[in-house]
Amino acid sequence: MATFAIRRALWLLVVLFAISVLVFLIFFATPGVDPARQMAGRNPSPETIKNIKHEFGLDRPLPVRYGLLMKHMFISRDLISYGSHTRVIPEVLSATPVTLSLVFGAAVIWVVFSILTGVAAAVFRGTVIDPILMILALIGISVPVFWLGEVVNLVTQSRLHNFFLFSWVPPLGYTPLTQDPLMWFEQLIFPWLTLSVLYIGFYARVLRANLIETENEDYIRTARAKGLSERRVLLRHTLRTSMITFVSLFGLDFGILVGGGALLTEVVFGLPGVGLLTYNSLTALDLPVIMTTVIYGAFFITLANALVDLLYAWLDPRVRPA
Amino acid sequence: MAVFEPEAEGIVLDAEETGGDIAGRSPWALAGRRLVRNKLALAALALFVLIVAISFAAPLYSKHVANTDPFESNISGTVTIDGKTEPVLQQGGGKLGLGETPIGPTWHSHYLLGADNQGRDVAARVLYGGRASLEIGLGSALLASFLAVVFGLVAGFFGGLTDTGISRLMDLIWAFPVYLLAISLATVLLTAPNGLNLGIFNVSASSLWIPLVIIGVIYVPYVFRPIRGQVLSLREREFVEAAIAQGASNFRLIFREILPNVASTVIVLLPLIIATTILTESALSYLSIGVQPPKASWGTIIEDGQALLYTRPTVAIAPGVMIVLTVLALNVLGDGLRDALDPRSKVRMK
Repeated sequence: MATFAIRRALWLLVVLFAISVLVFLIFFATPGVDPARQMAGRNPSPETIKNIKHEFGLDRPLPVRYGLLMKHMFISRDLISYGSHTRVIPEVLSATPVTLSLVFGAAVIWVVFSILTGVAAAVFRGTVIDPILMILALIGISVPVFWLGEVVNLVTQSRLHNFFLFSWVPPLGYTPLTQDPLMWFEQLIFPWLTLSVLYIGFYARVLRANLIETENEDYIRTARAKGLSERRVLLRHTLRTSMITFVSLFGLDFGILVGGGALLTEVVFGLPGVGLLTYNSLTALDLPVIMTTVIYGAFFITLANALVDLLYAWLDPRVRPA
Repeated sequence: MAVFEPEAEGIVLDAEETGGDIAGRSPWALAGRRLVRNKLALAALALFVLIVAISFAAPLYSKHVANTDPFESNISGTVTIDGKTEPVLQQGGGKLGLGETPIGPTWHSHYLLGADNQGRDVAARVLYGGRASLEIGLGSALLASFLAVVFGLVAGFFGGLTDTGISRLMDLIWAFPVYLLAISLATVLLTAPNGLNLGIFNVSASSLWIPLVIIGVIYVPYVFRPIRGQVLSLREREFVEAAIAQGASNFRLIFREILPNVASTVIVLLPLIIATTILTESALSYLSIGVQPPKASWGTIIEDGQALLYTRPTVAIAPGVMIVLTVLALNVLGDGLRDALDPRSKVRMK
């Protein structure tokens, strides 16, 4: 386990380095692109461009430029958005609680509902319930989340807003949990549901397949042979083994969503998280912000992946390389 | 006489198949039979072909049915429906009687699904948008599969340092979050003043090639991993050993012996990858970093429709319905192909 952990940690460092180099190359060394002009936002003054050229050492060799970018990004943390003239990194950090609220809530919903759906489909295999649930799951993974969000907004904010079922839905936006917990919940419930649809569908399919595969294992037959109830076989034996894939997928998807994957949901529901910040910088072409959210997001996801791998190896010793 | 033993051949029988039924048929013929029996998958295939066909017939529709150029704004135009002439953009439809509201669905050949806020025919735009979305979706999926097959064959066959190098590169792309990679590439490429300058090539910023290549590259590792794994195990099989003993060249081994055996994996994965690339394209276009105006795709039309969501919801709903139908059809087809071509992944029926 220790050897595995060390090797995984070394690979993590390589990946972090490579990702930062790749982002650097994309933004600073794409042929035909002037990075200073791009960083400066729309209609920059010549001084701003000159200033950026100096700050990022754009007349110096590539490795120096890389070093300077990393310094601004991680050590002095003084990248400045030339669109809003604010420091980027505090701005990103202050947007993080919104993204975390969104992803945590959606994760709870998708775990509960995908387990229910997956188990129900596997248990009712051979009846009409299984194919119906699986078609629903397939529809869930086929719907673009931003479009679903628009349809949800159309229904809850406009067309059926005066209908008693949706009349409580507050306008789009975000209220911090500490300020007004009820408002926080009411504004987030539809974003949570919208974001979780895809994952409910996907996880239910994976779980059902794993359950059915495990069902044929010898130890399940043994469990039945020693007279355990069907319920106990399912909960203590089949479901437990089937959850291994589920758990590791969950870790990866959770990391991806926090690291920037919830972008589309944030945009469509106007939640001022890291994703919306990235989106607004995309439309304003505010490159320093985009670079920061991309690098920080990618780093977070990579760290989450490494954690999941370690956890997985700890849970299931078979995956540890000898 | 040798008895045909499907189990020994690694073939799993469907519940209604017996050994005698399938003896003497090629695996492809068997797969075809299974697919034809799967009515749902066939319906999905038909739906997908239909969507492709009507999307590629977009110029015919806009020229002969809608009689409009879906890329030309038509702000002061009028349209005659049932003898009544109405302006395409109606004054004062918004809150407080301000602003302009485009005409809603007429359910006639002109402005079937209404107009967007530049007075353009939504139905015609959805068809044109579908063409762009499908071109990018199919193109990037083919690009990803092609690169993945080449890298997978080379890495799996030669092993050693080659394998390590390629696999590590793939792990890196894999580790890089899809949307973040696409966002970085797209922002830089799309903001380049004269497009991307690659020596003799000059790709303009509104070219469909930019999203196509970006999305294609991002998904290479998803196809590469299963293929490399398969090549690694195929290389050790007896038929490859036999070919080596006969003096076959590496080229022959790779292309004539191993490639046909990974073909089914690619075929199973392809619809699922196309579904994913179409969703990715629509997401990037929705974020305005995919297809660039004046071109349109389903994603960009949804974005256009967002401003009109509460007054003219069809603008955003129609392209979304097309995406859902296309992706759903591809996913059902992918499931059907997997069951038909790769029954080993299916649970053995008792």
